Amino acid sequence: MHETLEIRLTVNERSEAVRIEPRETLADVLRERLSLTGTKVSCDAQVCGACTVLVDDLAMSGCTFLAADADGRSVRTVEGLARDGRLSPVQQAFIDHAAFQCGFCTPGMLMAATAILEEHPRPSRDQVVHGLEGNLCRCTGYEPIIEAVLAAADAGTVDEGVAGW
Amino acid sequence: MKRVTTRPTAPSPIGESVPRRDGPTKVTGSATYTVDVELPGMAHAQILRSPYAHARIRSIDAEAARRHPGVVAVVTAQDLPDVNLLYGHAIADHPLIATGKVRFAGEPVVGVIAEDRATAAEALRLIAVDYERLPFVTSVEEALADDAPIIHEEPGEQRSHRGFEEDIERTHPNVCSHSRQAWGDIDAAFEGAHLVVEGEYRYPMCYAYAMEPYTSVASWNEGALTVWSSAQHPYMVRDDLARCFGLPRGAVRVVVPFVGGGYGSKSYTKIEPLTAALALRAGRPVRLALTVDEAILTTRGDAATVRVRSAFDADGHLLGRHGAIHLNTGAYAENSPLVGRKAANRLGGPYRIPALQVDCSTVYTNTGPASSFRGFGAPQVTLAGESQMDEAAELLGLDPLEIRRRNLLDPGERPWPRARGIDADLKADLELAAEALGWDDPLEPGHGRAICMSASDAGSEPITTAMLRVHADGSVTVMVGSTEIGQGSSTVLPQIAAGEMGVPLDSVHLLQSDTGAVSYDRSTGASRTTTLMGLGIQAAASDAREQLVAWARDAVAQNGAPVVEERGGVRVAGTFHDWGSIVRAWFGADAGEVIGRGYLRRSGATAEMPPFWEIGCVGVEVRVDETTGEIDVLTLVTVGDVGAAINPQLVESQDVGAAMMGLGMAIREELVYENGNLLNGNLFDYRVPRTTDVPELRTIVVERGDGVGVYGAKGGGEGSLNPVAAAIANAVYRAAGIRLREAPFTPERVWQALRERDAGR
Ligand code: FES
Ligand code: FES
Repeated sequence: MHETLEIRLTVNERSEAVRIEPRETLADVLRERLSLTGTKVSCDAQVCGACTVLVDDLAMSGCTFLAADADGRSVRTVEGLARDGRLSPVQQAFIDHAAFQCGFCTPGMLMAATAILEEHPRPSRDQVVHGLEGNLCRCTGYEPIIEAVLAAADAGTVDEGVAGW
Repeated sequence: MKRVTTRPTAPSPIGESVPRRDGPTKVTGSATYTVDVELPGMAHAQILRSPYAHARIRSIDAEAARRHPGVVAVVTAQDLPDVNLLYGHAIADHPLIATGKVRFAGEPVVGVIAEDRATAAEALRLIAVDYERLPFVTSVEEALADDAPIIHEEPGEQRSHRGFEEDIERTHPNVCSHSRQAWGDIDAAFEGAHLVVEGEYRYPMCYAYAMEPYTSVASWNEGALTVWSSAQHPYMVRDDLARCFGLPRGAVRVVVPFVGGGYGSKSYTKIEPLTAALALRAGRPVRLALTVDEAILTTRGDAATVRVRSAFDADGHLLGRHGAIHLNTGAYAENSPLVGRKAANRLGGPYRIPALQVDCSTVYTNTGPASSFRGFGAPQVTLAGESQMDEAAELLGLDPLEIRRRNLLDPGERPWPRARGIDADLKADLELAAEALGWDDPLEPGHGRAICMSASDAGSEPITTAMLRVHADGSVTVMVGSTEIGQGSSTVLPQIAAGEMGVPLDSVHLLQSDTGAVSYDRSTGASRTTTLMGLGIQAAASDAREQLVAWARDAVAQNGAPVVEERGGVRVAGTFHDWGSIVRAWFGADAGEVIGRGYLRRSGATAEMPPFWEIGCVGVEVRVDETTGEIDVLTLVTVGDVGAAINPQLVESQDVGAAMMGLGMAIREELVYENGNLLNGNLFDYRVPRTTDVPELRTIVVERGDGVGVYGAKGGGEGSLNPVAAAIANAVYRAAGIRLREAPFTPERVWQALRERDAGR
């Protein structure tokens, strides 16, 4: 049997205690142990950003972030963006701008976009373009995504409750 | 987005940019993809792959792996005597797991099923395979040498597949298929020519990179098989599975959840037979989820070498085109015979050519198999054809636009005898692109502009069925075999149904891509779904309405009062009755439903092939950095000539995505083999476009109602990819005076060409 350890972390404001093997990544733990399958894995090598989640408000690649390192930290995933059934401004903007097709990149894009908007509530196009450089999308050609993030900034603020963490 | 619309008006919500229906589920992370499918008792598989390009398998020792704790089963070809291992819808040459020999580095040799993926991966390392290495070939040139090693000793069984069965002919044992497109007197055309341009153009091996790698889940129950898969064509996969396992088609159910990108790379059968075989031996449901690194080895696009010469008269009119295309199709045929057929058809481009002869061979090599990939031969040959138009224009002293104006087909004109006439106004599209690009505006030094076009015989086969049910409360369920691969079929098809039934969009529900529940559709590819399934739904809606009107006569009208059909129902003696009330009246209860059926085949409007022409029209402005060789694409113009845009926002989104994909392949993407191994089989080294690569976009959506589909719709989504490499090559020529004939146009190649240009001066 493999050695295991217990980690405690907050995921989308819920406290979780999970027994894991040291080799498990944060993406594995979210998807397989916590059934939060919104987070997707594509390249599995920190290139594509599909697995982007926020760890203590910073965008991280869940596919290479060891779950053990999330012990004691606060993790946000795509499942935590909507509040009380209300989509966050950036989620709504993605729908309004058709900023996805297949949607496989979308959870990671949304998390990266959320981090950008928390850091720069009124980002320039350049800040959005560079902020999303590590998130690949093979469907949309990016333009609608960039427009959606800019529109979400215009639409008002990011969800205050989340930003205040 | 600029819209140019002259089509007849369509009933709401057809033609409206309604939000995507899969929006809420995709932005909240609740959308289910195959990798999210969990079954009770499900085990996980990993695959041991060949490290060698070509080798005989002497023996496999898997005993230690079988004994490894947590391992459920270990499966080699020898463990599957009851399975027909060879699949392939065109040529049955592809074993679902290596049988005695491997033909490319990365071919599956052993499958391990364990309680979890990590345990299965551990067990892989305990397996010893004894290989006898064989000489290998990775390029077409090597493969066609007289003394080349033979990759398939026995030709695979040819399977009837309308479209290319006549083409398969082995002139060399490593030739997989051969196609010829020809008309007119080619010798006379070249004899009478004022100008002949001639060249060889190369298009690289590319990887579609659907972000979701291939994933399947298989489950056996009482001899019946259910497979969930990231597949574009569930019915095609079903038929292959039925053949592999000797099952009636009805005993196989293929379910396709949301698909994380396809672009053709998930067409036809991939890992489904292997997953089903593993589940059969495991005696449990099994999930096989490939990594991206494995997906790259599973399917790629066909690399092409295109030798072509074009004959012109003194006024720049095309007299003839003569081409020889070789596609590097890799170790197995997959769908490449059809790609080859289409490449031959598409080298003529959107032009009037009195005589043409194009031969295309698909060639086996010891590389990962190539198959369908967005554009399907068109990007490969359009680089050649459109480069030659600009080369000829220069030699004749003509503007590149003018030479195109003189040769573009007129609406209704047939590109070749017996083909459907062109269902587009190509010259008008060209002018739209020119205006958007600012063709006549002065150019800065080091900048260049180009506009290129393509016309693809698209739509595949019109073999499609649809069901449309109207329930007692008037709501509607539409059932189709088409998949949602991101293109927006789950939004557009309900729009068509709502428009045709005259009911609100939110009362229409769509069930799709489950062969156990919905009716047959041949495929989701070749840009066919909006057009062909749209017609299927239109037919099903009309069948439903016809029955409902008859039911109204029967159960609503008193004393033979006339029944007049209106939008969303009927009027009888001044009173409107919606569809639901007719269902209720006919059954005499708040119950029951009417079932409308739509069938599409080669008949009526879809008798002529192709079902429609897919038009590409793209303009670019580029800047060439003389010191680094870097090409900067500054402006990208797309003209989406789709006949009728059922949802204009989604059309635009397809065009932008396609053009950006074309841009990646034109300037950067290429799979490179060395010593029989793929050198850059990962996303670090195979670099696809990023946000920082997005040029200024000018998008135009054109609706002239000239397609065969509902309200004149025809397909889009590939067109804006096909001419991109050619447009960039031609723009670079105007910017820097160098003629690039080998894509991708990497800084190294551009720099080299700049040095050669300077040395030649
Ligand atoms: S899956 Fe983590 S970065 Fe690609
Ligand atoms: S929407 Fe498909 S990869 Fe981005």
